[in-house]
Amino acid sequence: MPDVISQDGSIRQDDWIVVPRPAEGESLDIPEQSKALIPADLWLAGYEHFTGRDDIGVWFDSHDEPEMLAGKFQELPVIAVNFPKFSDGRGYSIARLLRERFGYANELRAIGDVLLDQLQFMKRCGFDAYVLRADKDINKAARCLNFFSQGYQAATDTDLPLFRRRAS
Amino acid sequence: MYVYDEHDRQIAAERVAQFRDQTERALAGELAEEEFLPLRLQNGLYVQRLAPMLRIAVPYGMLRADQLRRLARITRDYDKGYAHFTTRQNVQLNWPALEDVPDILAELAEVEMHANQTSGNCIRNTTTDQFSGVQSDEIADPRPYCEIIRQWSTFHPEFAFLPRKFKVAVNASEKTDRAAIQVHDIGLQMVRNDAGDLGFRVHVGGGLGRTPMVGPVIRDFLPEADLLTYLEAVLRVYNRYGRRDNKFKARIKILVKALTPEAFAEKVEAEWSHIKDSPSRLTRDAIDRIQAYFTEPDYQSVDNATELLAEQRFEHRGFDQWLSHNVDTHKKPGHAIVTLTMKETGTPPGDVTDRQLEQIADLADEFSFGEVRVTHQQNVVLADVRQDRLLELWQAVVPMGFGTANLNTLTDVICCPGGDFCALANAKSIPVAEAIQRRFDDLDFLYDLGNIDLNISGCMNACGHHHVGNIGVLGVDKKGQEFYQISLGGSSHHDATIGKILGPSFAREDMPDVVAKIIDVYVDKRTEEETFLDTYRRVGIDPFKERVYA
Repeated sequence: MPDVISQDGSIRQDDWIVVPRPAEGESLDIPEQSKALIPADLWLAGYEHFTGRDDIGVWFDSHDEPEMLAGKFQELPVIAVNFPKFSDGRGYSIARLLRERFGYANELRAIGDVLLDQLQFMKRCGFDAYVLRADKDINKAARCLNFFSQGYQAATDTDLPLFRRRAS
Repeated sequence: MYVYDEHDRQIAAERVAQFRDQTERALAGELAEEEFLPLRLQNGLYVQRLAPMLRIAVPYGMLRADQLRRLARITRDYDKGYAHFTTRQNVQLNWPALEDVPDILAELAEVEMHANQTSGNCIRNTTTDQFSGVQSDEIADPRPYCEIIRQWSTFHPEFAFLPRKFKVAVNASEKTDRAAIQVHDIGLQMVRNDAGDLGFRVHVGGGLGRTPMVGPVIRDFLPEADLLTYLEAVLRVYNRYGRRDNKFKARIKILVKALTPEAFAEKVEAEWSHIKDSPSRLTRDAIDRIQAYFTEPDYQSVDNATELLAEQRFEHRGFDQWLSHNVDTHKKPGHAIVTLTMKETGTPPGDVTDRQLEQIADLADEFSFGEVRVTHQQNVVLADVRQDRLLELWQAVVPMGFGTANLNTLTDVICCPGGDFCALANAKSIPVAEAIQRRFDDLDFLYDLGNIDLNISGCMNACGHHHVGNIGVLGVDKKGQEFYQISLGGSSHHDATIGKILGPSFAREDMPDVVAKIIDVYVDKRTEEETFLDTYRRVGIDPFKERVYA
């Protein structure tokens, strides 16, 4: 099972399994005895069944619109956002919307093509857990999460842009 | 000019350390080429046809003398002793070694310069009018707003991996647009509303390249305090909904066109309604603080030197020509704005040697409060020259090779580096510029022709902005052979227009003749006072077609 990196750079064992989207005609194959992240639209489709469970979370793909779960985010223990390709930046906007617009407060993790040099951007946009692509050196994560001691913009990690901090 | 404080210095130093680490990991094989690619591009580093190319940012075109001297030293120590001013108001080095780039970035940081986001699918260098702050017809000085945008866009965590590159330009003059804002992803025209409040008219979705478009207005008046939140809303809509399946359809102009400007504007407004009152809304304090860096230099109170100049221009014909063409009026009495044209025939447009960079630095110190601006026409501006010292300045610049009095004429060519340097190019562009400059070497004839924008690009990416040239030249490749396609009637000003293609393309050796025939048609058809563009707009493309393809 892969490790998961926390916002502070510490590494812990991952106990969530990402359930891929089932092929057409197949049904969702949720493993027993493990916590599972399932495609967000399928969670919504089976809402009666999944709601209130602390062992089921969702994942969004980069083209998904998180608005589809408006009003229901707080019921989810974990939300993951998939980066199908590290250069696909839609996940950053999804994360900020979840945190800033929808007030989602539980774990938000980046999954997929997650590389070291994107970690700090992810952190600033509200991700607090990261599953690094398997071939990357997890021990370098803490440093890469903190290349910069501050940013110019307001983001999820600070609601004060630098121009306001300069004024104070 | 903006000066770094401790925050800016710290962020700049951290950036250099980060890129040093990334470069080391890339050289050690820990980063695949495709993973390093966006990282190095966001630090200005291309891998080009002959060697790497480093694009150094010149935010909104402003440079200090010490920065010019450092650039000169860098070109000597790390490159071949020359640099290139680009149409993005940036500076390019053509031969740096990959492993030296972190050191170059460290040297740049020492003089408050960088190469952040000069390439890659992120928000690029914000550009503006090179005459900002010194002309009398601007709504307000746009440079503080450019600096506000620069800071906001630097390492923006949400917008570092956009579908494509993203360019913002700001213009403040009501009469002219030297920043070509309508062919940018976002073009901001400074305006005042009926109540006299300062704000922006927002154009979105302009751009050149494969699908050239003039950017429609999506908001007539955006109050200045809302600048960043609104930009954030536009970028968020683009980041989420811009196409990522096809890089030729990934620019925001395609999204705006697909949705219609109205529907796009509605999406932006909906997004903005959630964030407009967030802490990113600009405060008066923040605007004042940045504006304080762009206050007037210590102008001496002098009267216009009208009589002296009349006398001097009578004595020196060359000075007279230079005064008429390369010197503009200044908002302060007794002062002038001088453009040094980097367009000496035989020198690629925009190219400067290390020695010339130092000469420009000396000129800046001697004549213009130690500052210059670089222009998107690849020239250099001394913005604050005393009128009674213009003759002395002219006498100094002519032997240096940038006193050519051809500003805005046919030989003041905008030209990308083309196939001589650029890996993307389909054809060479510099030899075409040179051949046309040689053909039209009679200044009196050029002056008689008046303002003509001739823009040359070596490929569809349109770095030479050929679509908006009155005469545009595009290098194309046909079965391994270089040919050149002509378009007519483009404009990058308030009347922004995409040029219309004349017809089949030409061989390189024919280009001077072809341009000469186009000019002949204009000379035949023009009425008094008409510019080339006026005549073209009146008579249409057919007379030009008939003559050129006769």
